[in-house]
Amino acid sequence: MRIDTQSRNKMSDNLFMGAIYLFLTILLLVVLYPLVYIISASFSSPTAVGAGRVWLWPVDFTLVAYKAVFSYSQIMTGFANSLFYMSVGTVINLILTLLAAYPLSRSEFRGRGFFTGVFVFTMYFSGGLVPTYLLICNLNLVNTRAVMIIPVALSVWNMIICRTFLQSTIPEDLFQAAKLDGCSEFRLLLKVVLPLSKPVLAVLGLYYGVAHWNSYFNAMLYLTDKRLFPLQLVLRSILIMGQIDYTMTDVFDIEYLMQRMGLSQLLKYAVIVVASVPVMLIYPFAQKYFIKGMMIGSLKG
Amino acid sequence: MIPLHVPNVSLHRHSRSQIMKDNLKRILLRQWQFYVILALPLVYIIIFAYVPMYGLAYAFIDYSPSKGIFGSAWVGLRHFKQFFSSPSSTAVIFNTLWLGIYGLVAGFPIPIILAVALNEVGNKSYKKVVQMVTYAPYFISTVVLVGMILQVTDLRLGIINNIIDLLGGKRINFMAKSNLFASIYVWSGIWAGAGYGSIIYLAALSAVDPQLQEAATVDGASRIKRIWHVDLPAIRPQIIILLLFNLGRILGIGFEKAYLLQNDLNIKVSEVISTYVYKIGLVYANYSFSTAVGLFNSLISVCLLVTANFMARKLSETSIW
Repeated sequence: MRIDTQSRNKMSDNLFMGAIYLFLTILLLVVLYPLVYIISASFSSPTAVGAGRVWLWPVDFTLVAYKAVFSYSQIMTGFANSLFYMSVGTVINLILTLLAAYPLSRSEFRGRGFFTGVFVFTMYFSGGLVPTYLLICNLNLVNTRAVMIIPVALSVWNMIICRTFLQSTIPEDLFQAAKLDGCSEFRLLLKVVLPLSKPVLAVLGLYYGVAHWNSYFNAMLYLTDKRLFPLQLVLRSILIMGQIDYTMTDVFDIEYLMQRMGLSQLLKYAVIVVASVPVMLIYPFAQKYFIKGMMIGSLKG
Repeated sequence: MIPLHVPNVSLHRHSRSQIMKDNLKRILLRQWQFYVILALPLVYIIIFAYVPMYGLAYAFIDYSPSKGIFGSAWVGLRHFKQFFSSPSSTAVIFNTLWLGIYGLVAGFPIPIILAVALNEVGNKSYKKVVQMVTYAPYFISTVVLVGMILQVTDLRLGIINNIIDLLGGKRINFMAKSNLFASIYVWSGIWAGAGYGSIIYLAALSAVDPQLQEAATVDGASRIKRIWHVDLPAIRPQIIILLLFNLGRILGIGFEKAYLLQNDLNIKVSEVISTYVYKIGLVYANYSFSTAVGLFNSLISVCLLVTANFMARKLSETSIW
C-alpha cells in the first residue's frame, strides 16, 4: 500500500504546527507572566506581598503603594526632568539629524563622500570614557541640564537611516525642477524636503525619545544636583540601591512602619509600573513606525 | 561710412575658459549652501567625537594632575604592558568575552526561530498578540529591567523562589552565586530583546515570493522542508549581516546593565571592560591607565568590525558598508 506523501506530509505538518503554537504560547507566557505579576503585586497589600501570597491577581487590593509613589517628591521631580530632557532633546536631535542627512543625501554635494566618512568613522572609534569626561568638564557642562542634551545631540546611526530615507524617497527630478526655478538649497530643505521627511522623522523621533527616557549613564556621571536627576537615576537608587526615603512621601506613619518590609517591595513594584507606563502606552501606536524604521535601517547602504 | 569693427564684449563671454569659470561660480554658489546646512552637525561631531580623540594621548603618558598633560612624562606602551600582565585584566577580558559569546550563541537563534514561527501562523489576531507582547520588553529601560530581575530573583519574596518553594525545592539566592551571573545576564537580555530582534527577520520573511513557497508545496515538501529550503535561504543575507555585526561588537558588553547587576558577591565574574575602564578612570582617577584600556578595547573592536565586514562581503553580496 502506497503511503501517500500528501497524507504523510499532512501529519508531519500538523505536528509541526502544533509544535509552533506550543512554542509561541510558551514564549508568550514567559514574557507576559513577569509583567502581569509585577502589575498585580503593585496593587496588592504589603502583607500579601511579604507573605508570598500573590501569584497572578492582586491580593487584598490596595493603592497604598501608588499613593506613596505619587507623593514621593523625588520621583515626581525625576519624572518632570525626564520629560524635559526627552522633549527638548528629541527636537534638537531631529534638527541636527536632518541638517546632517540632507547634504549627505544629495549627489551634487561635492564633499559628500568625505563628510559621510567623517561622521561614520565616529561610530566605530571614539576617544573613550576618560577623554570625553574631561572634555565635558572643560566645557563646564557638568551638573547642568545641558549635559543631558548636548553631548548626545546626534546619533550617526539614526542620521544614516535618515539619509537612506531621503535618498530613496525623494526623486531627483524634484531637485532638478526646483533648481530650474532658482530655488536655494535652504528653501529646498525647508519647503520641500522637510514636509516629505515626516515618516522618517516620526520613526527617529521615537528612537531618540525612548533613548532619552531610558538613559541614566550620563546623568550618573555628570549630575550631582538632585533637582536635575532624571527618572531613571531616581529609580536606580530605589530599585537597585534600595534607598527609599519615606520622609519624602505622605505614607509615613507607624502602621506602615510595621509593614516596612512589605511596603518597600511594594513600592518597588509600583515604581516599576509607573516608570514603564508611558512607554508601554505609546509603544503599541509606535510599533508600526519602529518596524518601518528597522526596515529602512536594514537597507542602509 | 565704413562700420567700425569693434570687438564685441559679449563674444568673450562665450569663450571656453569663461564658460568654465561661470560654471565653477555656479557650482560654488550652490555648494556653499550645503556647507552652511552641514555646519551645525559638523561642529557638534568635531567637538564631541573628534576632540576627545586627542585625549587618547593620556594612554601614552604618565599623567599626574599637578604636572598637567604637557608636563607629564611620555611612557609609551607601559600602561598597555601593565594591562596585559595584570591578572585582574585577564579576568576582565575573559568576563567580557564570556558574556559576549554566551549571549551570542544562546541569543542569536531565538529571534530567527521566533520570526519563522510567527511567519507560519495563519491566525492574524494570535500573531498580533504574540508580536505585541514579545516586542514590549525591549522598551523597558535598563534600570527597570535590572530592578525587575532583582525583584523576581529575590531570595525571600521573588516569584521564582516562590515557585521553587511550591515545587518543593530549596530557595536559591540567585544574585549571590557567581556561577549564575552570566546566565542571568544573558537570558534576561534574550527575554527583553528577542521579540524586537525578530522584526527584521519577519520583515524579510514576509518578502519571500509566495510563488516559490507554493512551488515547494506542490512539489510535495512538508512545512519543515519548505522552511528549510525556501524561507531560510531567503533571509540568509540578514542572518549573515546580523551575525557578523554582533560578532564585531562582542567586546562591547555595555556598561549600564553590567554595572547595575554587579554586587560584592559576583564582582569576580561581573566586572567587564567597560565597567573596569569606568572604575579605574573616574573612581580611582587613574586617567592614563583607564584611557589605555579603553583605547585597546576600541582598537580591537574596530579590527573585529572590519574583519566582520570583509567576511560579510565575501560570503554574501551584502555588507555593513
